[in-house]
Amino acid sequence: MKYSIFSLARAALSGHKNWKPTWRDAAPKDRYDVVIIGGGGHGLATAWFLASEFGIRNVAVLEKGWIGSGNAGRNTTIIRSNYGLPGNTGFYELSMKLWEKMEQDLNYNAMVSQRGVLNLYHSDAQRDAFARRGNTMRINGIDAELLDQAALRKMLPFLNFDNARFPVQGGLLQRRGGTARHDAVVWGYAHAASELGVDIIQNCEVTGFTRDANGKVIGVETSRGKISAGKVGMAVAGSSSRVAAMAGLRLPIESHVLQAFVSEAIKPLIPGVMTFGAGHFYVSQSDKGGLVFGGDIDGYNSYAQRGNLPVMEDVCEGGMALIPMIGRVRLLRQWGGIMDMSMDGSPIIDKSPVDGLYINAGWCYGGFKATPGSGFVFAHLIARDQSHKEAALFRLDRFQRGAMIDEKGQGAQPNLH
Amino acid sequence: MRITCPFCGERELGEFTYLGDAKPQRPAADASEEAVYDYVYLRDNIAGVMSEHWYHGGGCRAWLKVTRNTLTHEISAVEPAAGAGAAKVGA
Repeated sequence: MKYSIFSLARAALSGHKNWKPTWRDAAPKDRYDVVIIGGGGHGLATAWFLASEFGIRNVAVLEKGWIGSGNAGRNTTIIRSNYGLPGNTGFYELSMKLWEKMEQDLNYNAMVSQRGVLNLYHSDAQRDAFARRGNTMRINGIDAELLDQAALRKMLPFLNFDNARFPVQGGLLQRRGGTARHDAVVWGYAHAASELGVDIIQNCEVTGFTRDANGKVIGVETSRGKISAGKVGMAVAGSSSRVAAMAGLRLPIESHVLQAFVSEAIKPLIPGVMTFGAGHFYVSQSDKGGLVFGGDIDGYNSYAQRGNLPVMEDVCEGGMALIPMIGRVRLLRQWGGIMDMSMDGSPIIDKSPVDGLYINAGWCYGGFKATPGSGFVFAHLIARDQSHKEAALFRLDRFQRGAMIDEKGQGAQPNLH
Repeated sequence: MRITCPFCGERELGEFTYLGDAKPQRPAADASEEAVYDYVYLRDNIAGVMSEHWYHGGGCRAWLKVTRNTLTHEISAVEPAAGAGAAKVGA
């Protein structure tokens, strides 16, 4: 089905009773050219790029739950490309450019809203670090503006500028950053991929890999039977270690829980995305009016999709330090998602040491903004057996070679990234 | 999640800092590069019962070995880590 003003008008005139499901809920076939494990944003985007850019349409996406049940529906919907290190800078900008044309490409309203991402600074040293990051971005053709306090007082008069410990001195603004409706992103990719013949198979959990005599992966065993495949790609961030273990691999990854929070709906307050530079707190306001915010990961290994109170308290303290009036707003909901925390804080998009198996993992808590870029470069890798140039540094063996991409300079301690 | 420290009793989670899986052992100084890579970077990332190191920075400042289920956060045992005054509590 093609969505347009006319399809909307037709549906409106018939009382919105005749909308068809936007994608096909498929049953597994015996064989596919490519099987993607994981029906989240990255897996569905990979399938869509395989079909639309690389001409491989005999593709299945296997999802153990339902589409939108994992991190695709648990993130805080922020998109940005304000990274400072080679490897990350170009890749996230590729992803940002794909966000900018996604809705036209997919014929789906993902509510991509470039309302700006503002990182606040609170000291002279932090200003200098942000200026350097902004310059790195601009040298690479990415928009960045360093704002002083006077400019911010006009934009965001409610900030606690004169906080004795953390005065707000200014901020680094990327106007092209913003938010997107996270569920609509997976639904949009599912819609467009399904239109091109991709099978989206839900409630289909992979329980093992089928290997030939040489050890090559030639298919998967699932809760809905065996499926053979020319190539298998895994995009299961949060569970990467568990899936890789079925192929006998150990990864430089720990699974950690990250919490997110939504307040009750209030009138428009926060114009874009804002981050507190003296603690870890980021906030935006959804179109429904709720403040969507979060902070640090809990810090211990977890697969539980729920967190604990100390981090909740810490996040709320960060919010109060920055915007004291949000203490009057009630918290509505809070939940957790499981992150693939890699050993350098950057992702892995590479062929695995097992022939026929491709890995897309290690997104830490930055996977949502990467969705279109990740899908594109992973599809490129699977189709051509060669890394895309913007993903060429996201190699699995970089830890062995000492070629880490450690944006925060924290070293091999996943809960600090 | 609350942790029952063998020295201080039951305390809230905010007093503790997490290091990670207690299984990896530092290789000998003359170990191969492969062994060091494995120790520093590779993890079992267990979904289930795992033995891990926590630091009680908000209390006795001892390192603890906590046995915890990563699927449910249930803690089944807390012992002093080797060398952390373990003898004082007879561990």
